[in-house]
Amino acid sequence: MSGKTLYDKIWEAHLAHEAEDGTCLLYIDRHLVHEVTSPQAFEGLRMAGRTVRAPEKTIAVPDHNVPTTPGRENPDQMPEDSRIQVAALDTNARDFGIHYYPVSDIRQGIVHIVGPEQGWTLPGMTVVCGDSHTATHGAFGALAHGIGTSEVEHVLATQTLIQKKSKNMKVEITGKLRPGVTAKDITLSVIGATGTAGGTGYVIEYCGEAIRDLSMEGRMTVCNMAIEGGARAGLIAPDEKTFDYVMGRPHAPKGAQWEAALAWWKTLYSDDDAQWDKVVTIAGEDIAPVVTWGTSPEDVLPITATVPAPEDFKGGKVEAARRSLDYMGLTPGQKLSDIEIDTVFIGSCTNGRIEDLRAAAEILKGKTIKVKRAMVVPGSGLVRAQAEEEGLAEIFQQAGFEWRMAGCSMCLAMNPDQLSEGERCASTSNRNFEGRQGYKGRTHLVSPAMAAAAAVTGKLTDVREMM
Amino acid sequence: MSGPEKDTTMEKFSTLTGIAAPLPLVNIDTDMIIPKQFLKTIKRSGLGVNLFDEMRYDRQGNEIADFVLNQPAYREASILVAGDNFGCGSSREHAPWALLDFGIRCVISTSFADIFYNNCFKNGILPVVLPQDDVAKLMDDAERGANATLTVDLESQTITGPDGGTIAFEVDPWRKHCLLNGLDDIGLTLEKAASIDAFEARAAAERPWV
Ligand code: SF4
Repeated sequence: MSGKTLYDKIWEAHLAHEAEDGTCLLYIDRHLVHEVTSPQAFEGLRMAGRTVRAPEKTIAVPDHNVPTTPGRENPDQMPEDSRIQVAALDTNARDFGIHYYPVSDIRQGIVHIVGPEQGWTLPGMTVVCGDSHTATHGAFGALAHGIGTSEVEHVLATQTLIQKKSKNMKVEITGKLRPGVTAKDITLSVIGATGTAGGTGYVIEYCGEAIRDLSMEGRMTVCNMAIEGGARAGLIAPDEKTFDYVMGRPHAPKGAQWEAALAWWKTLYSDDDAQWDKVVTIAGEDIAPVVTWGTSPEDVLPITATVPAPEDFKGGKVEAARRSLDYMGLTPGQKLSDIEIDTVFIGSCTNGRIEDLRAAAEILKGKTIKVKRAMVVPGSGLVRAQAEEEGLAEIFQQAGFEWRMAGCSMCLAMNPDQLSEGERCASTSNRNFEGRQGYKGRTHLVSPAMAAAAAVTGKLTDVREMM
Repeated sequence: MSGPEKDTTMEKFSTLTGIAAPLPLVNIDTDMIIPKQFLKTIKRSGLGVNLFDEMRYDRQGNEIADFVLNQPAYREASILVAGDNFGCGSSREHAPWALLDFGIRCVISTSFADIFYNNCFKNGILPVVLPQDDVAKLMDDAERGANATLTVDLESQTITGPDGGTIAFEVDPWRKHCLLNGLDDIGLTLEKAASIDAFEARAAAERPWV
């Protein structure tokens, strides 16, 4: 019998029931909840007279709608519909007795940043949230993925999910990264190689020296975008870095429990003789700082490249590329580094952690921005506080950046932070879809360092020239 | 046994005969299906008018005549035939809610994103995966508008085109069963409460730190 993958091991440890046809009930250790995808689920519970089965394993935080400007504890700062949605989460958290971080709490932030920060996310867990970027938590060796609202209701009521097992994909990034290349460039390059549907039906495990070398923040960035490659989840086997990050966090185990946990966590890796349904290998040295040119995260190229032509593609992608170029206002053959930028957004669950802010501040130190508008939105109140303590906030502000409160902000522009028609943004978020950051807004996905470089020059810029 | 009554009791799906609208674009994401400004609702209903909002209306709210669902032949469409990787991106279940509220009960493509695919079944929508050639054929049929209705039969797992040709499709037996009978997942899972209790007891002993 062949060995097991990390995914196999976590799956088996959480199998609560298996029917004859292979339909499984997977037990859920952590359920994260935000205001946009949960109101209908709680409403469903109420109408059916059901309760939350494990409120102690359920954590809620408002993040998508919340304003990122000071004074936002005052609900009048929000438009009526946002206010109602956040108020619904307040009420639901209270009524059903689940853990809650309201906007007035310094620990509030983007749900995928708060979970790991508070020690809710631990190796070997199953973690779900009504949000596709739940994949982020896979950086801890937790099986984590997004679910729809009906499934949110299902998990609230039963603490399980009806699942069929996915296939196993190994993505290995060998060797070292070159200077100026970051976790964001890895994850975008993988999507460039596999396409946005390349991971459909799979759980990806990222491995290899370049992944091992990443910090926990970097690993979260990589796993965060597994969903952009179509995968259900991304995983990285836990190691000493993981354990160091987790130790001492408010909800991490302590004392004898810590020792017991650690002993199990150390068994969480893919066996050498494990079987993979698909393997992708990329050499770390071959990865360059990248940018997206189109309206799908797979539309990615090194910053040194030129805008492609629709004819460079095959099948349905020809028309899609034509539409993208038209939407993005770009001409084939144009150098990517000649593209002028109006706005820079640094934040999101992809790149809103302390390390991301440090990387951007490093480039911005002593410089001023040439773009019309630039903003930093820390991923949580605690990230914000730490950045202030480290003097990063000052660097951003002196460079001309707005220093905001925590939330999703312009990642999806559900709050007032939006692009206007035709406005072009270098963004550290994860989606460059049409209208994602505002109606007819144009998004180029980049790493935090590349975003900072673009802010300084006013154009998409190869950060290596500024190092 | 179906679950208790609630406003969202899933509609059954047996056979559907209707107009199919062609959307020959790849990677149609859920932001396109229902843009974020419509996610601020706390209800499931009423999203149909905003289905494909930014492709369907201009900034002033006027219909864009070219868009397929604005064309007279497709206003009553109940089936979509779309390009690869339909429903990628955000997990928002508002996407199937919007499709359903508009009247779409079946989407046909070569591939779907996982979460969207799953969300469809929870809402009485049948997503059908077919090989490229079959999708191309149905796309041609769909281009003919109201003169060419399709019949989707879940029981026999077939799609019959306007010319009488039949295409077979695969669907997971459990999901088919739930869709045919409009079953409430939660009610079914709660019948297995004993297994969940037993698992919890076992897990609490093995991994008490969770
Ligand atoms: S930061 Fe963006 S991607 Fe992350 S949870 Fe918020 S909206 Fe979703």
